[in-house]
Amino acid sequence: MNRRVVITGMGIYSCLGKTLDEVKESLYNGKSGIIFDPARKEMGFRSALTAKMEVPDLKGQLSRSQRVYMPEEAKYAYVATCEALKNANIDMDFLEKNEVGLLYGNDSTADAVVKSVDTMREKKDTTLVGSGAIFQSMNSTVTMNLGCIFKLRGINLTVSGACASSSHAIGLGSLLIKWGLQDCIVCGGAQEVNPFSIGSFDGISAFSVREDDPTKASRPFDRDRDGLVPGGGAATVIIESYEHAVKRGAPILAEVIGYGFSSNGDHMSQPNVDGPSRSLQMAIREAGIDIRTIGYLNAHATSTPVGDRQEAKAIYNVFGDHRPEVTSTKAMTGHEMWMAGASEVVYSMLMMQNDFIAPNINFENPDEDSAKLNIPNKRVEKSFDTFLSNSFGFGGTNSTLIVKKFVK
Amino acid sequence: MEKQQFIDELNQLLAEEFEVEVSTIQPDASIKMTLALDSLSLIDLVAVIENTYKVKISGPEMIHIKKFSELYDYLYERIENSIL
Repeated sequence: MNRRVVITGMGIYSCLGKTLDEVKESLYNGKSGIIFDPARKEMGFRSALTAKMEVPDLKGQLSRSQRVYMPEEAKYAYVATCEALKNANIDMDFLEKNEVGLLYGNDSTADAVVKSVDTMREKKDTTLVGSGAIFQSMNSTVTMNLGCIFKLRGINLTVSGACASSSHAIGLGSLLIKWGLQDCIVCGGAQEVNPFSIGSFDGISAFSVREDDPTKASRPFDRDRDGLVPGGGAATVIIESYEHAVKRGAPILAEVIGYGFSSNGDHMSQPNVDGPSRSLQMAIREAGIDIRTIGYLNAHATSTPVGDRQEAKAIYNVFGDHRPEVTSTKAMTGHEMWMAGASEVVYSMLMMQNDFIAPNINFENPDEDSAKLNIPNKRVEKSFDTFLSNSFGFGGTNSTLIVKKFVK
Repeated sequence: MEKQQFIDELNQLLAEEFEVEVSTIQPDASIKMTLALDSLSLIDLVAVIENTYKVKISGPEMIHIKKFSELYDYLYERIENSIL
């Protein structure tokens, strides 16, 4: 079976906004969501830069017994998923009567683990961690929570692939639909935003220390980049088979036409060029398109010296003289890690729907490799039909998605 | 502490923790039904009591406490004894 896979709904909760409209405005205006968090400095962080996030208060929307199992990343995912389902015209009645799946990227639950361990150490009594701790502490907490809240009855699985987690979630979901194993899947990614979740990441000197100017700190592809800025939140996309979408009269926003993946089989944290190149090539091959039809490339580029350089080389290797606009929205969001694959599909979708390419803010001077790419630091007013989105992660996991405007 | 004052404070604590109207907490009412407890949230009842009153209720003991009046008596006696 080889069915077409379409996107019928999107939702997002990020440092650029709490709704699609807010996020679109931030993207359009090149607005950064990065701040300095003094509390991190007090905790001994090398860099106190982070995305500005507010944990949603779901009291009144969800019962105590539902909320008690939810760490912050599950709350972000809930809000994003509500928006996506609403936009896809899917209600609870539909979810209860149909076999809708759930594939969500997540790769940490540090805050919940730290808090329950602190309680155990202090109180010497495991009962006092409460009933929610175990469910908040498991890596699959987001899919456990969303599956129960939305009464989902199809596949229910967390995808953990480091910073490519949610890109893989969408890619794997598209394969399940393509092969006829599922008709509709809630896909996405969530990322906790708290000091405990990234303290050890700060410890390996991966973060930018441009603390005197937070909105300038994340500068993918720029010659003077000095590290990434951690971010987070959640993003959801609803994918389904074309036939299923038509049958229920769903709004069809776009089509997932390519998913590529690879593993570097190399260094734990240092990416190479071969692995990402193969992921890009596979996605293009699977999409069956001429690369000249790709009008925009949303790069993984996190603002680290080595990572951006290797990705620039990989993109140049694959695209050669075809030079679509390449930007990294991480210049505004910071690195949304487990959430990034899904959020960057949403960001790119918003650009494609509204005929613009958000600026790669802070890209002031290219280096030898980024000079070979077409990286705008100002917004480009442009209509495009197809975009490619890269996501790469620690351990050398790579994922590439290609999404196209829907044509019947 | 007078028993009625203790009961009023406990009722307020449980109402806030389990998000119910304090007026629904009556001596003859079922704890499980009133606070909408399942096997998991029952743990939270034990935890909130232990954290607040420093009184540990074992699982077997909790099974026999069905009504709020039984909880009041059990806890008040334990607290009084611990003070003495």
